[in-house]
Amino acid sequence: MAMLDSPRIVSSRAQYADSYTLTRYLETGGYVALRKALTMFPEAVAAEVDAASLLGRGGAGFPAGRKWSMLRKAPVSYLVVNGDESEPATFKDHFLVERDPHQLVEGVIIAAYALQVSQAFIYLRGEFALGLERVQQAVNDAYSEGALGSKIFGSDFSIDLVVHPGAGAYICGEETALIEGLEGKRGFPRIKPPFFPAVTGLYGEPTVVNNVETMSNLPWIVNNGGAAFAALGVGRSTGTRLFALAGRVNNPGVYEIEMVKNTFRDLIYDPALGGGVIGGRAVKAIIPGGVSAPWFGPDLLDLPMGQDEVGEKGSMLGSGSVVVLDETSCVVRAAWRITKFFSRESCGQCTPCREGSGWIERAMYRLEHGGGRMEDMDLLLDLCDNIAPGLSWPPQQTTICVLGSSIPSSVHSAISMFPDDFKAHVLHGGCPHD
Amino acid sequence: MSHFQPDIRHRAEELIALYPRARSAMLPLLHLAQEQDGYLSEAGIEEVASLTGTTSADVRGTAAFYDMYHLEPVGKYVVGVCTNIACLLAGGEEFLEHASQKLDCAVGSTSSDGLFTLEETECLADCDKAPCVQVNHRYVRTTTPETFDTLVDDLREGKLDHDVPSHGTLIRVRRNGGLRAARQEIVDQRARSSAARAQRAEEAK
Amino acid sequence: MTDVIRTTVNITVNGREIEVKAGELLIDAAERAGEYIPRFCYHPRMEPVGMCRMCLVEVEGPRGATLQPACYLHVNDGMSVCTNSEKVKKAQDGVLEFLLANHPLDCPVCDKGGECPLQDQTLAHGSGETRFIEEKRHFVKPIEIGELVLLDRERCIQCARCTRFSSEVAGDTEIAFSGRGDLIEVAPSPDKPFNSVFSGNTVQICPVGALTAKPYRFSARPWDLEQVESTCTTCAVGCRIAVQSSGNRLTRVLGVDSDPVNHGWLCDKGRFTLDSIDQNPESTDVLSAATRITTPLVRVKGVLEPASWGEALGAASAILRDASATPGGVGAIGGASLTNEGAFAWERFMRGVLGTENLDAQFGDGLDPVLLQALTKATIDEAARAKTIVTLTGDLREELPILFLRLREGAVSGTSAIVEFAFGPSALRSLARVSLVVRPGEAHLCARSITDHADAPAGVAFSNEELLEARRLIGESGEGVVFVVGRPNFAEDPRVIENAIRRFAERYPDAKFLVALRRSNVAGALDMGLGSQLRPGRGYDAEAKGLDTLAQLEALRRGDQKAVVILGGCLLGNVADVKGATAALENADVIAVTGHGGATLGYANVVLPAAIAHERSGTVTNIEGRVTAVTPKIVAPGSAWPDVAIAAELAEQMGQSIGLSSVEQTAKTIEETTGYPALSVMNDEVHDGAVVGRSDASSLRHALDPMAFPGIRSAESVGLASYTGAIVEERAQGSVHTRCATLEDLANAEPLEVPLADSYSLRLVVSRRLYDRGVAMGGSPSLHNLIKPTTLGLNHVDLDRLGVEEGAIVSVTGASGSVRLPVELNEGVARGSVEIVFGTKSATGEDAVAVLYDPTSVISQVRLESR
Repeated sequence: MAMLDSPRIVSSRAQYADSYTLTRYLETGGYVALRKALTMFPEAVAAEVDAASLLGRGGAGFPAGRKWSMLRKAPVSYLVVNGDESEPATFKDHFLVERDPHQLVEGVIIAAYALQVSQAFIYLRGEFALGLERVQQAVNDAYSEGALGSKIFGSDFSIDLVVHPGAGAYICGEETALIEGLEGKRGFPRIKPPFFPAVTGLYGEPTVVNNVETMSNLPWIVNNGGAAFAALGVGRSTGTRLFALAGRVNNPGVYEIEMVKNTFRDLIYDPALGGGVIGGRAVKAIIPGGVSAPWFGPDLLDLPMGQDEVGEKGSMLGSGSVVVLDETSCVVRAAWRITKFFSRESCGQCTPCREGSGWIERAMYRLEHGGGRMEDMDLLLDLCDNIAPGLSWPPQQTTICVLGSSIPSSVHSAISMFPDDFKAHVLHGGCPHD
Repeated sequence: MSHFQPDIRHRAEELIALYPRARSAMLPLLHLAQEQDGYLSEAGIEEVASLTGTTSADVRGTAAFYDMYHLEPVGKYVVGVCTNIACLLAGGEEFLEHASQKLDCAVGSTSSDGLFTLEETECLADCDKAPCVQVNHRYVRTTTPETFDTLVDDLREGKLDHDVPSHGTLIRVRRNGGLRAARQEIVDQRARSSAARAQRAEEAK
Repeated sequence: MTDVIRTTVNITVNGREIEVKAGELLIDAAERAGEYIPRFCYHPRMEPVGMCRMCLVEVEGPRGATLQPACYLHVNDGMSVCTNSEKVKKAQDGVLEFLLANHPLDCPVCDKGGECPLQDQTLAHGSGETRFIEEKRHFVKPIEIGELVLLDRERCIQCARCTRFSSEVAGDTEIAFSGRGDLIEVAPSPDKPFNSVFSGNTVQICPVGALTAKPYRFSARPWDLEQVESTCTTCAVGCRIAVQSSGNRLTRVLGVDSDPVNHGWLCDKGRFTLDSIDQNPESTDVLSAATRITTPLVRVKGVLEPASWGEALGAASAILRDASATPGGVGAIGGASLTNEGAFAWERFMRGVLGTENLDAQFGDGLDPVLLQALTKATIDEAARAKTIVTLTGDLREELPILFLRLREGAVSGTSAIVEFAFGPSALRSLARVSLVVRPGEAHLCARSITDHADAPAGVAFSNEELLEARRLIGESGEGVVFVVGRPNFAEDPRVIENAIRRFAERYPDAKFLVALRRSNVAGALDMGLGSQLRPGRGYDAEAKGLDTLAQLEALRRGDQKAVVILGGCLLGNVADVKGATAALENADVIAVTGHGGATLGYANVVLPAAIAHERSGTVTNIEGRVTAVTPKIVAPGSAWPDVAIAAELAEQMGQSIGLSSVEQTAKTIEETTGYPALSVMNDEVHDGAVVGRSDASSLRHALDPMAFPGIRSAESVGLASYTGAIVEERAQGSVHTRCATLEDLANAEPLEVPLADSYSLRLVVSRRLYDRGVAMGGSPSLHNLIKPTTLGLNHVDLDRLGVEEGAIVSVTGASGSVRLPVELNEGVARGSVEIVFGTKSATGEDAVAVLYDPTSVISQVRLESR
């Protein structure tokens, strides 16, 4: 049974049709947290975030408090919010920017105050046209309310916030590529080390990059204290988290549930959540954290949804997406389409990713559409190994960024979990599901 | 002689003023150029090059990196159909095929009447409404062929002009003014804040 | 030589501990230690990007050994690296297999085959077969991305060397990566083709055959080519080059990495004008610059007829014997296209045999050589690292392109602030900290305002704020300041600039000067004494009196001088007062010693064919006073002789001897009698400007990396690498002449009468373009489309004031008449002035400069009419 009694930390306004308006926001406690934060010392606010043990909700899951503390020595120049949600099949930041933009804005201002940063940017993917409009409106409202601008709410802190549209490139969700985009260039990720944004970020200056959902948690954390947040969840995975459930389930959608206390089975089958697989079919595979993540089989349905729990089993919670494949789904087609995605989205800088993704996609295409050979499976695994040596998790990489090392995830999972499906494709000369 | 019309030029200058460096305005400026011309014309690219202090080759190369910029004219409505994993599992490929027939144009090209350009997109982050469709980057939530057909007919008749602006117009909400916090004010605040914090750290010992 | 305190660190490479320079890139440190790491995108003259992933090596870290790009890591103490483990080999194998997956099997038809880093590294590090059975990516090929460069998209491995060169080194970003992923294309803007004057460098550094050069495409295979290393003499920067030939036919020129000069780069004019040397045999019109003169010619009954050397020398000596009977009756003009040895020989002939002091290696397009001799010289390195660079030149990117690249380095890295005297459009404008707009006739006023802390005079375009900033950047003594001085406006009396230069030299004793005169070996010719009052070995004789070029032309017109020897180059193609020069030649007996034809030969009585670039040995001296050796690669055509032989034989004909027999013996004589390094440079016995024995092992040279500079045979096989030549320092002992000129030797400057500007006239600026109608361009058809017809450059303010539209044809009237020219908008042109490029022709074939130039005034003024 799913544990559903945790507080709605970031999705509390989902019940209101006008959740995105300033009126509703102020009626439901809007800007209370910011006013409170401004009465605290900046380092006290940061301490609450640290106490909350808030893990980044973007994809890497790096502790936000620790990211901030990396900058305690040097003053931070910029705060950049990563709203470039493009990881298939993730749509929970979409929910936040369209349905509760003010919460995001307030969270950003709180973070800026804690870090003592006066220039902040919210980078939203360009395809979020409505989201861009709503967040821009929320920013406009914040200025009118006195929450942004010179000496906000009468304090000695000034801050400007700029909404910046992306233009359609998955790789710009990678923090250094996002910074490149914010500098007006192609989204070519930078090599880390040395270009950790905390050290050398926007314009070469110390920059904090945080995810939309991470920021959206801050008002609640300030209002209720970091300890209250950390009291939820288990171990390192504290608080609640938004999960975007999609695929062959009855009720796909965004669900806010407490970390670790729920399993994949809860998420997929609970009537208040996923409502079970369409047609009562059996789960064939789960893609836990976005298509960059290795797959799980139905044997892991009872795995608690926590950072370390999932990590120990060889995958990640990643972007918070969970995709369900059932017995009617073709795993070869799924792995092919995911590889095609990476090939189209590869920035092109480095050889293994640029050429490797294209080659793997071509071979997978043959397997799916006719022309596959038995030796293709070993070939594919070796090509994957040339991109991410050892095919381990967490992966090693020969590439500049983690897009490269994400390419093998689906192909490796599909081949090792479903070798018979691949053999059937070869023998059938294409997809037996058609 | 600016290629931008006066209003667009004015907005361009406002945009540049929001960033510490002019080149950072590149992406929003390219959206603006596309708003005026419906796509990125050569003249638009040159204008952006001069506004951002770089060359046409550099701007064009940067624009070509991103999917949302079209370097050739496109239809009034750019219809994007997703076929990535969640939409694939919901029949996205078949949906795309249907869209191609209904719009009477091949994937990646424009219909002969110039009204629609059909694109196969990557994940649009709306996966619980799979298969996902956007028109000019607005979610239209037509998850069945029937609702899709109705939408297309409505678009053809201009019934949705309020909800779905012509291709290029992305953000219809304008920022209310430029940056408010003055540079010196920020510098002084930071100095005060650091000093106070150092003081607190001292006292804590 | 200053002692540099070297900080080193210890690292372990493949189990061997080595000591390397602190902060060095791992890829370089390993290479120096003998562990070569393969690479594609890395280039030693550009910032690393770590993109190709070929240089991945295992580096020990807190979590065990991980694969890291060696080009991107800086060494630190205790680093432990493995470059040959199984994992590294698999990674290299993998990268190569990935690169070759879509790479077309073009080797049999690809220019790069045989000198291809992809081929070489595949053989060394890749597997023998591919497992790729898919359809390779296909693109239309080749496509012209510029006039000279073709792109083959299928071959491109997206290493970004070319685009990085364009933005980082050349700074013009004419090509960029377009698109994403495996569809990335190197592309220019559709309406601005890749016609940078540096475009050829991208072809040289491309590690595959994706970029090929139109002039060279399909013309040879690397294994057919023979190579020598030499110095380019197309301009006076003296870039180091590898000259390659196939079957005694010049085939290709590549840039060699000379650390103090060109860093491996070349401009397209230096790179692509080989055709003018030996590829126009069908051109026979002696008045054409494309024609090689391969046999002596003597004018018989008004027509130049081929003659034997005996006949020609006889005719010439008769003319010279007669003319030199009267004092001042003969003189020599030209000499910048000679080697030092050739110039030395002619100097001995003119002074020693003919007894004349009327000598001038410049065509009236340069600066007072005595002033130049008196300046404290800077090297290019010193200029590129100076804290302040003050430029009094035309557009350096057009005149001395590689010097522009070197100066740009300093400006971009922030170490150098450029104070620009802005005479007209210039590529340095966007890099300058201060641009002082200086119209014709104002340079000396601007200089005075700076040196004397005076306000800007009324009516000038430069402001007091700019003067203040300029003074601040120059400082009090000029320490750390390099002045780069040239001849920015050919229509302006050189005394204006000379006045400014002298002022700066007198006021700032600690400043240094880099003389940016553009013509070939002008520095060497002047150092060999081809100028009145000059003496060989950079000497000076205060008592001597003689005529420079313009004075000789005047004397020829009057009949006071009867004969003139033109030493290389076409006089009529290089003067502004064409009418005056023509009148002089008509009145004179002319002996032309030349390699190419030209309008001047229409007035020659005798033409003596000389060996030119790539056909002769010897030394040349560049703008810094660096002496380097030139090496011949082909045999001179027909019966062309080296200048030393011509001068010696001519002396013999006149019953005298100049004591010189061969180039080598001449070089020896130069060095023995003046201390000027010549033979030691030819024998490569020089190290850091000092003459040392060959056994000196402390040379800084290292073999060139064939992956960085594909096409150049390994330096080990040709014996020369990182060649520095010798800087002419203070004169060595043993010279027979007195001394170098000093500022005190200069005559008192006369006041310059600059006519006042009136509101109807515009002042004329005559500037230079790299692609003009000179000899190198004339004989190189592949560059002809890059020559622009003459236009009239105007600032938008003047366009508006005159009510003229851009592109409209206007009538321009000057000293000798009118000419019709189209108007071009150019904001780099100062208000109140117009710009015309020298050495171009109008659409109707006219020489606008000849029509508009006013030789009687300090500046030339013109009027415009729009009808």
